[in-house]
Amino acid sequence: MARTAVRGRLSWQVAEVAAITEETHSVRTIALNLPDWPGHHAGQHLDVRLTAEDGYSAERSYSIASADGEPVAITVERLEDGEVSPYLTQELRLGDQMEVRGPIGDWFTWSPHDGGPLLLIAGGSGVVPLRAILRHRQRSGSGVPVRLLYSSRTLADVIYREELDQYRGHAEVRYTLTRAQPPGWAGFSGRVDDAMLARVAWPASRRPLTFVCGPTAFVEAVAELLLARHYPASRVKTERFGGA
Amino acid sequence: MALDGNAIGGLLLEIFGSDMTSAQATCASCGAVSPVAETMAYVRSPGTVVRCRRCQSVLIVVARVRGLNCVDLSGVAALEAHPRP
Repeated sequence: MARTAVRGRLSWQVAEVAAITEETHSVRTIALNLPDWPGHHAGQHLDVRLTAEDGYSAERSYSIASADGEPVAITVERLEDGEVSPYLTQELRLGDQMEVRGPIGDWFTWSPHDGGPLLLIAGGSGVVPLRAILRHRQRSGSGVPVRLLYSSRTLADVIYREELDQYRGHAEVRYTLTRAQPPGWAGFSGRVDDAMLARVAWPASRRPLTFVCGPTAFVEAVAELLLARHYPASRVKTERFGGA
Repeated sequence: MALDGNAIGGLLLEIFGSDMTSAQATCASCGAVSPVAETMAYVRSPGTVVRCRRCQSVLIVVARVRGLNCVDLSGVAALEAHPRP
């Protein structure tokens, strides 16, 4: 029975870097050329594997930043004590290759027939899969009402700001800045709390479909606030990416 | 720090051959039923450990030995990939 354990069935493929867009001082979007990509849904992620010359390898998961039908792109934030993200955000060049497997995750996804109204709540780079959802909603012509509450340290740390601001009129986009606010800042300040949700969140009676993504502590705090507002747990989808 | 079941979607897809993040896991200790995506996952330990969000009991342990995944599912009473409506 020694060989009855299951061998890998999800295969790694080689991706080539097709484009790099610097989003903020510590965040970049990497578009990948993946000839055998089966297609993905907004909200899914992929795994990246980097292997050093000595055979040491490291794997990380990154949310897919692009909508259904768009070429695959990931958005990566540099973590100062990270092992993989400093390479991806500082060393990686056009034409470089890396191993990728995916798409992964059919729980934290949205498609127009899932309906809404949608409430998207992001902490830091947790905005990445939510941006894919916003783009998919826009591209598919869905009229599902959507609100995004995006918590960021400073305005300069806001990822996709230009694009998100363009959604205004089609989507309600609100920022809260936790560390510093520019003079005359008219948005929210500080961490997401119940008073903020009282102004942004749909009434529970509308049975909103909610996606929360961010660092673990952020997601736990927000999910608790939503449940206290009587949001049905089955319609609050969460994704945590650990530290910070 | 605990992540959630989304973070082990790739590993479970490799093991089960289909996406398991929406699968409903029933905790063998407390009976809580939840999507795998909403369980607690510890991925930085030598193996991968999945715990029940309600009672913290171990649901799944995966250890990789010489390229083979050894999977301990004894903490789940049921794991239903396509829950009936």
